[in-house]
Amino acid sequence: MNDLRHQVIWNRLISIVEEQALTLVRTAFSTSVREAGDLSAGVFDVQGRMIAQAITGTPGHVNTMAAAVGNFIEDIGPHRIYEGDAYITNDPWKGTGHLHDFTVVTPVFRKGILIGYFACTAHVVDVGGRGFGPDAGEVYEEGLFVPIMKFIERGVLNRDLINIVHHNVRESGQVVGDLHSLAACNETGMRRLLSTLDEFDLDDLEEVATFVFDRTRRATLERLRALPCGTYTNEMRVDGYNDTITLAVTLTVTGSGAHADFTGTSPTCGHGVNVPLGYAHAYMTYALLVALAPEMPSNHASLAPFTVSAPEGCILNARHPDPVSVRHVIGHFVTDLCLGAIAEALPGIVPAEGAGALWNFHVSARPTDPAAGLPHHEILMFNSGGTGARPALDGLNATAFPSGVRTMSTEATEQVGPIVIWRKELRPDSGGAGRLRGGLGQVIELSPTEGYEFNFSCMFDRVANPARGRHGGADGTAGGVRLDDGTPFDAKGRQLVPEGRHLILELPGGGGFGDPAERDPVAVERDLEQGYVS
Amino acid sequence: MTGGMRIGADVGGTFTDVVVEVGGRMFSTKVLTTYDAPEQGILDGVAEVVSESGTDLADLDTFIHGTTVAANAIIARTGAHTAFVTTAGFRDTIEMRTESRFEQYDLNLVLPTPLIERRHRHVLAERLAADGSVLRSFDEDEAGALADHLADQAYEAIAIGFIHAYRNGDHERQFRRILRQRMPDVSISISSEVSPQIREFERFNTVCANAYIQPLMASYLRHLEQRLHDAGATCPVFLIHSGGGLMSVDSAARFPVRLVESGPAGGAIFAADIAARHDLDAVLSYDMGGTTAKICLISDHTPRTAKTFEVARTHRFTKGSGMPISIPVIEMIEIGAGGGSIATVDVLDQIRVGPQSAGSEPGPAAYQLGGTAPTVTDANLVLGRLSADTFGATGIELSDDAAVTALADGVGAMLGINAEAAAIGVTEVVDENMANAARVHAVENGMDVSRFTMIAFGGGAPLHASRLCDKLHIDELLVPPGAGVGSAIGFLRTPFAYEALRSHYSVMHDFDHHQANRILAELADEAYSFVLEALAGRRPTNHAGEQAGGQADDTEARPIVERWAFMRYAGQGWEIPVRLDDAPFDNVGHELLANRFSKAYEEFFGRAIEGLAIEAVNWAVRVSTPRPAVQLVARVEATRDADRSRTRHIHDTTTGTTVEAAVVQRDSLEAGDRVAGPAAIVEPQTTTWLTSSHQAVMQSDGCLLVTRLATDLSAGAGEAGG
Repeated sequence: MNDLRHQVIWNRLISIVEEQALTLVRTAFSTSVREAGDLSAGVFDVQGRMIAQAITGTPGHVNTMAAAVGNFIEDIGPHRIYEGDAYITNDPWKGTGHLHDFTVVTPVFRKGILIGYFACTAHVVDVGGRGFGPDAGEVYEEGLFVPIMKFIERGVLNRDLINIVHHNVRESGQVVGDLHSLAACNETGMRRLLSTLDEFDLDDLEEVATFVFDRTRRATLERLRALPCGTYTNEMRVDGYNDTITLAVTLTVTGSGAHADFTGTSPTCGHGVNVPLGYAHAYMTYALLVALAPEMPSNHASLAPFTVSAPEGCILNARHPDPVSVRHVIGHFVTDLCLGAIAEALPGIVPAEGAGALWNFHVSARPTDPAAGLPHHEILMFNSGGTGARPALDGLNATAFPSGVRTMSTEATEQVGPIVIWRKELRPDSGGAGRLRGGLGQVIELSPTEGYEFNFSCMFDRVANPARGRHGGADGTAGGVRLDDGTPFDAKGRQLVPEGRHLILELPGGGGFGDPAERDPVAVERDLEQGYVS
Repeated sequence: MTGGMRIGADVGGTFTDVVVEVGGRMFSTKVLTTYDAPEQGILDGVAEVVSESGTDLADLDTFIHGTTVAANAIIARTGAHTAFVTTAGFRDTIEMRTESRFEQYDLNLVLPTPLIERRHRHVLAERLAADGSVLRSFDEDEAGALADHLADQAYEAIAIGFIHAYRNGDHERQFRRILRQRMPDVSISISSEVSPQIREFERFNTVCANAYIQPLMASYLRHLEQRLHDAGATCPVFLIHSGGGLMSVDSAARFPVRLVESGPAGGAIFAADIAARHDLDAVLSYDMGGTTAKICLISDHTPRTAKTFEVARTHRFTKGSGMPISIPVIEMIEIGAGGGSIATVDVLDQIRVGPQSAGSEPGPAAYQLGGTAPTVTDANLVLGRLSADTFGATGIELSDDAAVTALADGVGAMLGINAEAAAIGVTEVVDENMANAARVHAVENGMDVSRFTMIAFGGGAPLHASRLCDKLHIDELLVPPGAGVGSAIGFLRTPFAYEALRSHYSVMHDFDHHQANRILAELADEAYSFVLEALAGRRPTNHAGEQAGGQADDTEARPIVERWAFMRYAGQGWEIPVRLDDAPFDNVGHELLANRFSKAYEEFFGRAIEGLAIEAVNWAVRVSTPRPAVQLVARVEATRDADRSRTRHIHDTTTGTTVEAAVVQRDSLEAGDRVAGPAAIVEPQTTTWLTSSHQAVMQSDGCLLVTRLATDLSAGAGEAGG
């Protein structure tokens, strides 16, 4: 009976963090949060161990936020934690990997005693500096860095911080609004938690946390047994900023967990595609959980068996002050890298490589005639190529993996600023051939409206290095970036789209799986009929 | 009461419910839905209630119909051979969806197949800008060539959806005209009429769905009308639409996508009517059937509505796994929690319930119809809340042994517990699932359910409602009579109503009040035309009595007009509804709007934000006939205790013990009779279970009013408060 009570409380905690996340989605300003689901929310015990996390759009936040609360406790100092406080940071190394993500942590007191924490993270519209993009040479250029500090102390707001943020970021009203939303959603969670503890007549979270962790640890390790103990390796090449980057992993599986070592991976580069290790850790953990234990809830115990290491200065272990603004570009490949290592050991589970990194872009639209008095606009859009073919299913067309974010509507985007998206449709023939076909990429064609030009920030990969097929499947088609008059565009960095020109983005397809000659003739016929293959 | 004769018929997935109301009396029946010809089931049911009530179909004044036929056609993909024509560059919008996976941790995820496959999606080189101006003009020659091609392909229906057509429907109408010339008999739907809302994926899907089901629905509705006529009825047929209003057969045949949530809307109106009679301004309606539970929030006797919903979810009722339809709809959440929901034990040794359901075939193990998996119904039987003696469904013999075996084998064995402990676990988990879903839904709407009254109906809800109230801290529960056919009764209480909605961006600091007034006027015209068309079809002999079941009411001549703006801070992605005055905007209209918005925002989120730009995104006008004045039901206090001489053993989750509970026949209770928990109040279609901490008092309208006993939750003696 006691187990049942614990299960009920556990489910309740999951429901509470869902409410917490929902409050954030409803009130947030950042497009990435409200449209794309780029946020996370969780409840932690008094030691900073995560008990439950809301299921949101981004695995990248899973471990990073789980680890963040420990950092907050350490930096604030246990003796300085008071009722009515809230803490804040956007430290890429202590939060979730780049300055655009703000994390707020709120301690929970019950009858005057500290019993746990709520934490949440959201990607804000702007943090100053160069804006969202890979061009900075150091994190200092990427914007305002807020070290872990008090956002609210005993109910009193840190107005100095608000003032500093206000004077250092673009769209400051929205950014400050988002910071308030983060604090408010933690309060929502806190209120609900306290009433739940009343209902179940509990003084604190310890008993429940122990139950959650015991159950989860046992089940996670049991699932991990499907992967034989031993060492697995993989290497993968991706574009990087200028030079091709090698990603390498040695995965060591024991009865008590899996450790990924990224030795052999290329060094950091002088642009913002570098990845803090915590972010790489998140996508490594996601790879193993999605392959072995997809139904496992995300908490301290389900994450603990998975560890990482990497030499300092490797691109998956960027150190301060390396620039990290678009760490997702390389970070997203860590999942395919790790899945590739265990593909042979888990037949029938692991897909071929996919487009991997999202094709996000950021547009700074400015009037061609400065005297015209037209306003500037910032526009952000998320787009996806094809996923790798699965052992028994074709890849998904134009769908994010491993990220889980959604794209934005063309009509809504065109309401935001002076942009026209002329084309956004599937890219035939871009999926790698195979017994199972890779998912198709997509083609996007866009232009500034009359009177405007774009500073267009590219952060695109798999242009030089396509997604590889598996088991004889063909590679997916690489991506491409160019203007409609044929002018080639670099896949990374800020470039000008002049008035009157269209920019054409061809997003990569996923790799194929198995020998194309073995493809079911019915599927071949259907691909031709529907125009997926010409 | 001299009300005319009215029939409500609800074609559901399993049963077709028919209710006749005549002279203030009501007769109802449930017959099996006849899938191949749904009108057959309706006619069978109608014959039955007509004969039972001793009436004549020729005297029928109104026939109101709600149906899952539209939704089923989308789910089962039995619609017409349909083409979709869109702006060049957007051929794949309905296939690419949101470019995301609705289940994060599933490598073998399969996305829903688009309603219209790629080879039937065609494009035209035209393009409108976000402000509705023309970026690329419509080419008559190219359009003509495409029309010729489409005519060759023998399509039965064509959907047209162009980018930004919610703002300017000219190009869509031009192409429709060209198509009409070549294919006069093909049904054509255009997005600027079906769903003029921004966001192309949702709007395109909606217009495709409308076209796809149009031929089928038009012929079904005509057929039904004819069959009723042949059977002797001379009255008009009305349809209940997803937004909770009545529309004419003609309107329904043009916009059948408005019928997709028709049946469930009836349930919400049923609850709203009870809310009005009992003067309850905050109600949570809870409807639990065999497969799912549905929850709807009702404020000021009006079910909450939304601008979009999802139909045909392919994966465990998961958000994002279905097809979005953007039309005004009564907002409901549906959870995979019903009597037939199957219990399992997962890898974490946790009991899980649903969303898989044993349905009616093979059914719960206790039915002995071939099902062996433990279900919620089996758990209720093992705990004594249901009993073979009082279970009303005909032809089903409940087996305690089969239920015990299923729970012991399917749940108990894995956890090392007996069947009773397993049953306790199953009911607790399913109750917790429903409570969590209700709470999250309320949060989404900026509400706290604990001050709500719950209204429970559907076969399963009264069994679980009192425990659910405990979990949600709800103090008051009503269990209405006739709950088994609630939706069909709801149809009879439905006003003539139509909501017209359109996207149009408008920033407050640059507000054009003439334009806003024009849009609202156009929307009002559109909504009026639907309502007037429906009203015109009514039998003239019975204008007054129709709505009120006898209440003469001259206000019907003056429909109610509600005007709404959907607003947000610039930069946000979620709008909140702001009710507008009846008067048009003047040159300070934006200030009024901004103030209204700030107040509404504060109500939702506790605090308005200063210094940010405010914008309106969507505008809506709802025109409806006034709700009939209801007869208020005065609260009846307990005057005597019901006879508790009959008892059985029932497990009480609140106390954690098995108690000697009273078993009371619902139809033996008179107004003022009180039943203290623990007790089971039984009736043919359901059982109301009262925990030790609850009591029920029979009200004058046949509702059971369930409230918490004054004693502490944990005290819970068998005769608490008795």
